[in-house]
Amino acid sequence: MSGFASSSIARKVVMALSGLFLVLFLAQHATINLSSVISPETFNKWSHFMGYNAVVQFILQPILIAGVVVHFVMGIALEIKNNRARNIKYVKYRGGANAPWVSRNMIITGLVVLAFLGLHFYDFWVHEMAYKYIEANPEDPTRYHAETVEKFEPFWRTVIYVISFVLLSLHLWHGFASSFQTMGVNNKYSPAIRSFTRLYAIVVPLIFIFIALYHHLNPITHS
Amino acid sequence: MKLLLKIWRQKNANSKGKMVDYPISGIEGDMSFLEMLDVLNQELIEKGEDPVVFDHDCREGICGSCSLQINGEPHGPDRLITTCQLHMRKFNDGDTIVIEPFRATAFPVIKDLMIDRSAFDRIQQAGGYISVNTSGHTVDANAIPIEKDHADESFNAATCIGCGACVAACKNASAMLFTSAKVSQFALLPQGRVEATERVQNMVRQMDLEGFGNCTNTGACEVECPKGISLENIARMNREYLAATTKG
Amino acid sequence: MGTLDSKVPSGPLAEKWTKHKNDINLVNPANKRNIDIIVVGTGLAGGAAAATLAELGYNVKTFCYQDSPRRAHSIAAQGGINAAKNYQGDGDSPYRLFYDTIKGGDYRSREANVYRLAEESVNIIDQCVAQGVPFAREYGGLLDNRSFGGVLVSRTFYAKGQTGQQLLLGCYAAMNRQINRGKIKPHNRHEMLDLVLVDGKARGIIARDLVTGKIERHSAHAVVLASGGYGNVFYLSTNAMGSNVTAAWRAHRRGAFFANPCFTQIHPTCIPVSGDHQSKLTLMSESLRNDGRIWVPKKKEDAEAIRAGKLKPTQIKEEDRDYYLERRYPAFGNLVPRDVASRAAKERCDAGFGVNKTGEAVYLDFASAIQRYGEEKAYTSGIKDPDPETITKLGEEVVASKYGNLFQMYEKIVDENPYKTPMMIYPAVHYTMGGLWVDYNLQTTIPGCYSAGEANFSDHGANRLGASALMQGLADGYFVLPYTIGDYLANDIRTGPIPTDSEAFDKAEADVRARLERLLNAKGTKSVDYYHKKLGKIMWNKCGMSRNAKELKEAIEEIAALRSEFYENVRVTGSMDELNQELEKAGRVADFLELGELFAKDALQRNESCGGHFREEYQTPEGEALRDDKNFKYVSAWEYKGEPKDAVLHKEDLVFENIELKTRSYK
Repeated sequence: MSGFASSSIARKVVMALSGLFLVLFLAQHATINLSSVISPETFNKWSHFMGYNAVVQFILQPILIAGVVVHFVMGIALEIKNNRARNIKYVKYRGGANAPWVSRNMIITGLVVLAFLGLHFYDFWVHEMAYKYIEANPEDPTRYHAETVEKFEPFWRTVIYVISFVLLSLHLWHGFASSFQTMGVNNKYSPAIRSFTRLYAIVVPLIFIFIALYHHLNPITHS
Repeated sequence: MKLLLKIWRQKNANSKGKMVDYPISGIEGDMSFLEMLDVLNQELIEKGEDPVVFDHDCREGICGSCSLQINGEPHGPDRLITTCQLHMRKFNDGDTIVIEPFRATAFPVIKDLMIDRSAFDRIQQAGGYISVNTSGHTVDANAIPIEKDHADESFNAATCIGCGACVAACKNASAMLFTSAKVSQFALLPQGRVEATERVQNMVRQMDLEGFGNCTNTGACEVECPKGISLENIARMNREYLAATTKG
Repeated sequence: MGTLDSKVPSGPLAEKWTKHKNDINLVNPANKRNIDIIVVGTGLAGGAAAATLAELGYNVKTFCYQDSPRRAHSIAAQGGINAAKNYQGDGDSPYRLFYDTIKGGDYRSREANVYRLAEESVNIIDQCVAQGVPFAREYGGLLDNRSFGGVLVSRTFYAKGQTGQQLLLGCYAAMNRQINRGKIKPHNRHEMLDLVLVDGKARGIIARDLVTGKIERHSAHAVVLASGGYGNVFYLSTNAMGSNVTAAWRAHRRGAFFANPCFTQIHPTCIPVSGDHQSKLTLMSESLRNDGRIWVPKKKEDAEAIRAGKLKPTQIKEEDRDYYLERRYPAFGNLVPRDVASRAAKERCDAGFGVNKTGEAVYLDFASAIQRYGEEKAYTSGIKDPDPETITKLGEEVVASKYGNLFQMYEKIVDENPYKTPMMIYPAVHYTMGGLWVDYNLQTTIPGCYSAGEANFSDHGANRLGASALMQGLADGYFVLPYTIGDYLANDIRTGPIPTDSEAFDKAEADVRARLERLLNAKGTKSVDYYHKKLGKIMWNKCGMSRNAKELKEAIEEIAALRSEFYENVRVTGSMDELNQELEKAGRVADFLELGELFAKDALQRNESCGGHFREEYQTPEGEALRDDKNFKYVSAWEYKGEPKDAVLHKEDLVFENIELKTRSYK
């Protein structure tokens, strides 16, 4: 197995699997968030469940974090190796002639999304951890909606969110379909898979953008 | 037509190279790209300068020797051809043409535009064959019926000329298209299945040892491949590799 | 003149090879480990020989000037490989393949060798399939065959238009297996520059590492030369740019006789020359003649207008076209053998009916095939009363499915759409039947020096049939040479390693250095290519498709003069101790300049027309070749004596016991 783990194909498979896992998570995340626009009560209920359910908190959440870490650590490791594979660069290189920009710049879209994750963690996860474990506040199953909407009050944060989701869309546009190729799926169903993954790459980030804009434009009026 | 050529000149593997400008005139559209370089070289020789070194041999697109990065693309702007089949009518009077060797750490420059592609040979030596003695006393050729589709797909993979354009085009200098074509060629045939597990493991291991980059599925290799080798081969190799790993 | 012993075994033709294999000496496996063999050239013959020899247990060193064995020019063969498998049940047999090859070669090849080739042909296909060569198959999963010019059965196995590539990759894979085992040591980007003889036996070579420029000594118990043909003596040919005669010529200078140098095949369907800048010629597969019709304008003024660009071929009316092959050879029409088709094209162009701006091209027209296939397709698709556009469209689709890749290649090179306007073609030098003289064991006149594939002269006589070159290369390499060489090496089991510090090696290396220095020190004004092109012009004009005594004599003098000018006035840039492509070329051209003269000398002595050798003085009133079996039924084998003009002719009389000599007729 040691040969396997160090092989380029295995590393790519790790990228693909962790990526697919994150894609799944994204769908779940989008669904819950969408409820914040439709029904604050549902949103609060689901958020509370996610925040206090032991399985979610102590099993799923660490797996998720591990998935994110693996995906980006491996991504950066591969990028370094790939850079070394061409020690002298071309004077003239027309990458656009044979491959789309998104496929060639996963590291850029990926790093932007990673930077965004930092902010996002700070905004919600750090806040949650502090609220629950450091400040040891009592459970309040109704606070989530207001807290979320409040976050989108500043214009700058909304802009950052929107930009990040555009880049996430680009990342998914290539990455989601690409993970199937890495897993060895390239057959008559591939065009259908590609259509689905591209639709996904547009729709899911659009949902997040919509939510951010919606909350920014519909702030909770403090009475 | 008149052109300005910007060409990578490098005395040998150990020296540092640089781009040098060569204005050239009297180029006709009917000339192949290499014939245009022949004209330049004749001029250089007459001036007593060292001609530009580049690999070439069959000049009909099959030996896979020629390996020029022309204006940022392997084998130039045209598709499904090698450099030797590129004709000057694809360029316009007054154009500047940048000519570089295929670049990859695994393909070090030998001189000027000539590179060392022995890494490809070593990948094939690691397992790109079927272990059958060449005595001729094998079973009758028609004793192994092979589905036409599989035979055709195997042929398509086997048409790879080993030029290295896939590596040159790839932003990661990955050799996955080449290696996967060589793996697929045998994986698709019953004769080749016998050693399939070891073959893919050994060839991938050698590919990694040579220092090629990873595949990030940009598809540039497939676009630039003069023989149109399909990305399906890479997916097939990935499958083969995963299956081989589970077998141990 | 009795120095040539072909060593053909006695007994009935069909049993000679089996009997011979039973009679010859073998080397036991333990002893094979102590024997080294050098193989120069890694095409089908050299690659196959190297793989088999290594597999048998010998220590093999291979040499090729390319960066990888896989790039040898066998890779460019398009059409296919013949084998008497009789899978089609059309009555094929080794005897028929033997007969067709002898007849196609115009009765100038050795019966026993050709029969052996036909016998082994069936093994080749089994072998190649076993090693994974993806030949074309039918829907039932079995191998497909196509037919080729000059024969009446369907025996050609193929892999689209890339048969040579697939076979060579098979060979290279077999080599790789042995390289991986350490039994073959490949020396790529190395060029053999001399053969080393120790006590009259071939014991090694002097080679130059083309990357570092280092002159190296390599010793072995035997040397196999499988370095291909010498078509590049014409400068323009379908050979690769690097294809050369140096290895064979160096052996010739060391005592190997050179046989039938004037037997050259000029292939009728190549893309015409477009200008002085032309560096090589591209073949369009012979299979195109199955559907294309060859013509030139009937009226000279039409031809002139086309050359001037004032008229398009499609504007010439049907009755103003001269389908000269169909006119001259109604029975075979456009499918006459290569030599006949080539000469007929030259005849028309010389008479002033040629097209293209150079006047050296004829049309290969697919319009009637497109029409015919289109009508057929419309009928089978149930389209009633199809309009002309539909027919053309359907017909073009059928033609594309058969020849699509060739049409695309043509369009890339010529920039004209061959579906809409007729292709232009012209003959080009393609293959050399002549080469090093070898006996039945493929040994040259130097003990321990063997030759296989196109580099030897043995199997194709004066003209090679399509799809037979691949067959010969692989048969020689896989199945003949590895066994016959054992007979010789059986005496070497106690010899031990051959030292490279002997006087013979010193002398050979000094010779090589002196020659390279001479080329570098000429410091003249003209490039190597300048001389190569000049030589090519002489060869093409005076030793090409048709020859006569007067011009051959002129050629001999002109080449000799060109050679001395070359040594005085060539400019080779760079030095010996570095990668130097000009120096490589200079050495090759220097050898071509000697070979060219011998070529003309050989053509001059052969006062007959046979196969690819057409002497204008020897033709029928209708302009067909006139063979002279009474006086020229022999192999001319030349012994080196200093200058080519001093070469001494030895004759190997060809004995035909199993075949009746007939005049080839395709009328």
